[in-house]
Amino acid sequence: MSNNASLSDSAIDGSDGIDATDAEDGVLELDGLYKRYGDESVIEGLSLSVREGEILTLLGPSGCGKTTTLRLIAGLERPNGGSIRLRGEEVAGAGVHVAPEERGVGVVFQEFALFPHLSAAENVAFGLDDWSADEREARVEELLDLVGLAEQADSHPDELSGGQQQRVALARSLAPEPEILLLDEPFSNLDVDLRVQMREEVRRILKATGVTAVSVTHDQEEALSISDRVAVMSDGQLEQVGDPETVFQHPESRFVAGFLGYASFLAGFVHGDTVETELGSVSRDQIHGLAPEYDRTRIDVLVRPDDLRATPEPRLDADADPNGTVVGRRYLGPTILYEVELDDGTSLQCMHNHDAGIPMDARVRVALAAAHDLSWFPADQRPGDGDGGDGAARGLNGNVVGHPDALDDA
Amino acid sequence: METDQHTPDAGTDLPIATTVASAAVAAAVLLPLLWLVRTGLTVGFDEAISLLTRPATVAVFVNSAALVAAVTLASICLGVPLAYLTVRTDLPFSRLFTVAASLPLVIPSYIGAFAFVSAFGPNGAFQRLLAPLGVESLPQIYGFPGAALVLTLYTYPYVYITARASLKSFDTTLVDAARTLRQSRWKTFRRVELPQIRPAVAAGALLVALYTLSDFGTPAIMRFDAFTRVIYVEFNTFGTETATLLSLQLVAVTFLILGLESLIRGEERGGGGGRSRDTVRLGRWRYPAVAFCVAVTTLALVVPLGILLTWFARGASDVGRSLAFRPEYVLNSVGVSAAAAVAATVAALPVAYLAARHRTRLTDLFERATYVGYAVPGVVLGLALVFFGTQYATAVYQTLYLLVFAYVIRFLPQAVGSMRASFLRVDPALPEAARTLGSSPSTAFRRVTLPLVAPGLLGGAALVFLTTMKELPATLLLRPSGFKTLVVHIWSAYESGYFGHAAVPALILLGVSALSMLVIISQEGYNVK
Repeated sequence: MSNNASLSDSAIDGSDGIDATDAEDGVLELDGLYKRYGDESVIEGLSLSVREGEILTLLGPSGCGKTTTLRLIAGLERPNGGSIRLRGEEVAGAGVHVAPEERGVGVVFQEFALFPHLSAAENVAFGLDDWSADEREARVEELLDLVGLAEQADSHPDELSGGQQQRVALARSLAPEPEILLLDEPFSNLDVDLRVQMREEVRRILKATGVTAVSVTHDQEEALSISDRVAVMSDGQLEQVGDPETVFQHPESRFVAGFLGYASFLAGFVHGDTVETELGSVSRDQIHGLAPEYDRTRIDVLVRPDDLRATPEPRLDADADPNGTVVGRRYLGPTILYEVELDDGTSLQCMHNHDAGIPMDARVRVALAAAHDLSWFPADQRPGDGDGGDGAARGLNGNVVGHPDALDDA
Repeated sequence: METDQHTPDAGTDLPIATTVASAAVAAAVLLPLLWLVRTGLTVGFDEAISLLTRPATVAVFVNSAALVAAVTLASICLGVPLAYLTVRTDLPFSRLFTVAASLPLVIPSYIGAFAFVSAFGPNGAFQRLLAPLGVESLPQIYGFPGAALVLTLYTYPYVYITARASLKSFDTTLVDAARTLRQSRWKTFRRVELPQIRPAVAAGALLVALYTLSDFGTPAIMRFDAFTRVIYVEFNTFGTETATLLSLQLVAVTFLILGLESLIRGEERGGGGGRSRDTVRLGRWRYPAVAFCVAVTTLALVVPLGILLTWFARGASDVGRSLAFRPEYVLNSVGVSAAAAVAATVAALPVAYLAARHRTRLTDLFERATYVGYAVPGVVLGLALVFFGTQYATAVYQTLYLLVFAYVIRFLPQAVGSMRASFLRVDPALPEAARTLGSSPSTAFRRVTLPLVAPGLLGGAALVFLTTMKELPATLLLRPSGFKTLVVHIWSAYESGYFGHAAVPALILLGVSALSMLVIISQEGYNVK
């Protein structure tokens, strides 16, 4: 796995090890899916393979097509092109459309969609009407136990708290033993405190049943914490698929880098064993998988705010000069995020402890303080630089891309 | 929220059976109107022009326009102050007046007109009351003054209710803000409150205008030559062509007003939010304010009730048996109304479902078509169906089928409206959830959607039932001969001059109307406080 010149290809193939041969044993196969609403293209050639028993999260910003993807898998929408196979059987494709009720796909809806006229137990039993009464009763009991709601079996949805409603929704979708479970923004309807707690809880329940699950979210923290693998989507296409650590540490596109946490880009020039940057030389060994053909070219190094340290002028050693100015400061409680404009115009973000106390407009010296490998992107693929834009086209100057907390008010 | 949540799968797979069904409903509903146009076209162009420009015809138009203008204006002058007094001031007995001011809606305007003629007409109750005092005659009640008075008293609640709703949702912190900016009470009302409630008042006023234009009973009883009365009279005297052309003209004017309404609706601007406890203190103005409220409600409620109860108490034994009230009239009324309610519900179901769940241009068109009942006055609809029945569908003419069909067309909008609202309240994810749990589309509809919309279906059916009970013009034109309902009985009592016989059926109808008002209130959560 490395950064190579053909980012978009590698993203779709899934260059972290899932390739065409692996895909044969996937529970769910999406192959070249297209979906349009009128003139608007929502999904453009999406291919993905989901493995037995894993929790895979589709992560992307609003409008990237992730919920539509989920609805295509469930059979609630029909694709305009491509195919979907579930356990090797084609359920959507040219001339084929298996109705949602025939697919054996469970869905936890964003607002839970509990039937308001039925009790919790009746909701869970809804999908079990083919079962014998005894089996049904046993199954409902088993699931309510699993989600810890045996006491609330006779409560109606409006008598349940948000977290309890979600548990009922989960139990209801798991009851008919679906081949695969889909979760649409499962935590977006919960309070922040509850959200973190329910993430653990849902992961525990899913793992206890061993069901294969595809979830959808725009919350990167949620995606990274509950998933076995994360698939980052943008504009109807997959950007990168991989385990959470890999996707976070070694994003394959500027878009992924920006979407998963704060990202700044530092321009550098590859020169022998070092890379020359505005912050000084960086050893080539620290740049993750920099191939020989990039010798004597310009690259952009991905730096996260915690990779950088800014030291204000008064505290600098005599031989060190400041190289930037603090232009933005956001107090986040435990930490402070500074935005520093380097003298060459590059904008970087540095994360400091909450007591750092560097004032606005201070002259500072920014230095690299990372012990781990750094990712990089060829400079000729900068968004807006001719052909380089690969959907990650929004983060010039290292400003955070697609991150809700972007320091845009500096 | 997310833009990639196209929850209702709009238009992509329109359910075929439902679409065909609602197309059929739309076509059936449009049929009489088209038939009327067809009949109108058989009148030669020159002849039509000469008929329409005849002084008598022009006078009808002028009469109707004047009546609509006067009633609308007067309704605003009653409705807005009443709303303001009950919502924003410390009016004494304000809860009583809140309810009393909307109660005139319960009285069908023809019963009101009937009572007013009986009270204030020559030799009426009042004149007899005042005769010992040497009052020889009261001002003329028949004609324009009577029609305008009665229609105003029984339609101003439309303005009152919309103005009230708007005042209640009005953010009174805006008033506080204006007053801190050194505006007097009156200036605040004019500069802040009035502009905010204007769209609501306009919407209410247009309802008043539409009602006035289409009302048949009041002009007929007041002997005022508005469109509806002249159409009915012309039709009964075989002036078919005049009746047809006037009908078309009336429909055109109605569409004009409806067009105005949609223009005004577009201007509504969202507001609402903060609420302060600001109340206008009336001070010495309390007395005139209370007097005003008492006067309006007495005139509108006490006069007709008093008259009806007097009739009732006096009994009607002194006149011919043929006019005596028979319980079977109630059964007939209930029977046709129930049939109309069931038929309207069945017809509304596919239309409302598509309009709520699969919005496309086509389904919009179907829904609009069903609203033709609002735009076509009952007398015009009756006339169109008479033409249709006599020329084309002789098998059903003078049968209850045609009568129920007319009711369905007139009141379908009520059923569609209330059903559509309840379909919209069902989260589209619910039937989808049922699908993913193994239900077919029809099973999902039966097990999930239907139980959730059932109250809306019942409410819509109840409304159709109750309004059908009160319907006058189409009933008169289309009933099979010998078939009498409560309304028909009231009408024959009026025509024969033996008013006393109208007491029982009129009181029953008042009860029915009160019920229908309760249904509306419970459906819309209309708050009396």
